[in-house]
Amino acid sequence: MTTTSPDAAAAASAASGDILRAEHISKRYGAVTALTDVNVHLGRGEVLGLLGDNGAGKSTLLKILCGFQPPTTGRILLDGQEVVFKNVDHARSLGIDAVYQDLALINQLSVYHNMFLNREQVNGPILNNRSMRKLAREHLEEMGIRLPSVNVEVAKLSGGQRQAIAVARSVYSNPKILLLDEPLAAMGVKEGAIILDLVHELKEQGNVSIIIIAHNYGQVLEVCDRINLIQHGEITVDKRSADTSVTELTELVVAEYRKAMEERHRLGQSPQIPQIPPP
Amino acid sequence: MSGAAFLRQREATVLVVTIALIIYFALDSSNFLSSTNLTTWLSEDAAPIIIIAIGEVLLLICGEIDLSVGFIYTLSPFLMHYLINFYGVPGILAIIISLLMGVAVGWINAFLTVTVGLPSFITTLGTGFILLGIVDTTSHAEPANIPTQVVGIGHWIGNNGWTEFIWAVILVALFHIILTRTRWGLHTVAVGGNLLGAQEAGIKVPRIKYGNFMVSGLLGAFVGLQVAFQTSTIDPTAGGYTPMFYSVTAAVIGGTAMLGGVGTILGAFLGAVVLATLTDGFQIIGISANPLDIIFGGAILVAMVANVQLAKLREAGRS
Repeated sequence: MTTTSPDAAAAASAASGDILRAEHISKRYGAVTALTDVNVHLGRGEVLGLLGDNGAGKSTLLKILCGFQPPTTGRILLDGQEVVFKNVDHARSLGIDAVYQDLALINQLSVYHNMFLNREQVNGPILNNRSMRKLAREHLEEMGIRLPSVNVEVAKLSGGQRQAIAVARSVYSNPKILLLDEPLAAMGVKEGAIILDLVHELKEQGNVSIIIIAHNYGQVLEVCDRINLIQHGEITVDKRSADTSVTELTELVVAEYRKAMEERHRLGQSPQIPQIPPP
Repeated sequence: MSGAAFLRQREATVLVVTIALIIYFALDSSNFLSSTNLTTWLSEDAAPIIIIAIGEVLLLICGEIDLSVGFIYTLSPFLMHYLINFYGVPGILAIIISLLMGVAVGWINAFLTVTVGLPSFITTLGTGFILLGIVDTTSHAEPANIPTQVVGIGHWIGNNGWTEFIWAVILVALFHIILTRTRWGLHTVAVGGNLLGAQEAGIKVPRIKYGNFMVSGLLGAFVGLQVAFQTSTIDPTAGGYTPMFYSVTAAVIGGTAMLGGVGTILGAFLGAVVLATLTDGFQIIGISANPLDIIFGGAILVAMVANVQLAKLREAGRS
């Protein structure tokens, strides 16, 4: 493993400018505010870990960055140019691809149809299944993902296999920016290692910048150059991986939680902090 | 046994049932395979169910249903008649406008379902009643004659011979290819199989649903014209819920799941032939058709139980 040092990566990103910047992003759904004021930047070839507790707004931010939904306010800069994503296809055509937490796989379709979903290869109006089957098989093999067959319906695969297919699909489109939402969520340790190795490999090739969303800090800390902690719809911590640790991040989240509970308690709202009776 | 293999077998099962029924009725009465009865059986009884079922299969796969299609069927020949006899529209143009009426109703169904957000069951229940009311009001619930200008061209749409069945076979072949071999078909399955996933993959879900509602409407209008030409009369009691429910029954017997994501046109074709064989066969061998609905009801339940069990097998197969 020949990872570039965080300093070098940071310097490189400063020199060439960030590939992606999101400034003052907010997102409201009716009365619910999912994101208040988020500023994120992603350097060229950088792997950014976006951490936070459940409901902190990680997935909301990802869905804004990949064009699935527009932000309520704020702007997105791609290679220094302001862009407004019309939809997922538009963002994809600009080189941004996402692996969603729910994987966006269609259980009733075969592996190769899922691999090429909405990017099918056709001969005139007719699907070119032979070509898609062949390319899917080659690509999965190349990535070290072993499946019984690419013809099998994805409903029959394990959680890890499904996750691997979703990641392989995004990598196949050769994006400039890859967004991974909880890529290790459905994985066993061995399967998780496949995905982490893949991220390492992509990082070494240096053609793609990656944002990984996770709530298991330990797993992602080692592959990330930099960590952003998102809490209550805002980025509260922005540190290079080398300058932080699982312990520190965990403490920050727990401290935040305690503070919120005390605040609620002070305002007389339930639930109250349980009092531990003296022994 | 794998789920996909079981599904493919499901079509084979329906095929076996179809053949068994044909042999049974043929042995019982030599009239069953007579040339006059073949056209009654396949062109009169089977073809309308087959063609309407094509639209229902596409909609059921993407998680919707069209209850109004039978009333599009009722209205379309009346509209042709009004256009020609009251507005002096040339025959072919009147036929085209009547077909486009079906497309337009499909669009309205899609608008209310996809854009406004009503369940399609409710949308098409409402539009169906409206269409029936339009037919009864404008025709005073009286039948009409086929305008003379279109009698000639009408033979190409529906007659007493094989025309309707040939149309049904052509349309089944066409839509089978669309469903299994084109992006449209793949995306229809994707939308019904995993709506959010399809959206995340960038599939334009509204477009797929609008398109399939419009196909259903178009086919309903076409069948209405076919039956009018076949019977040489425009009947306000033709169409309605019966052919629509037969089509849904055919789809379900043929392996289409009401929950979306699963279904085949060929299965619905076979399902429709089974229903038509029972209808026609009972008449031919001279047994009262009264118990027929018991058999139909039973067939629906057996097919649905098989579907549910299949879904459980799929779940169990995933680990």
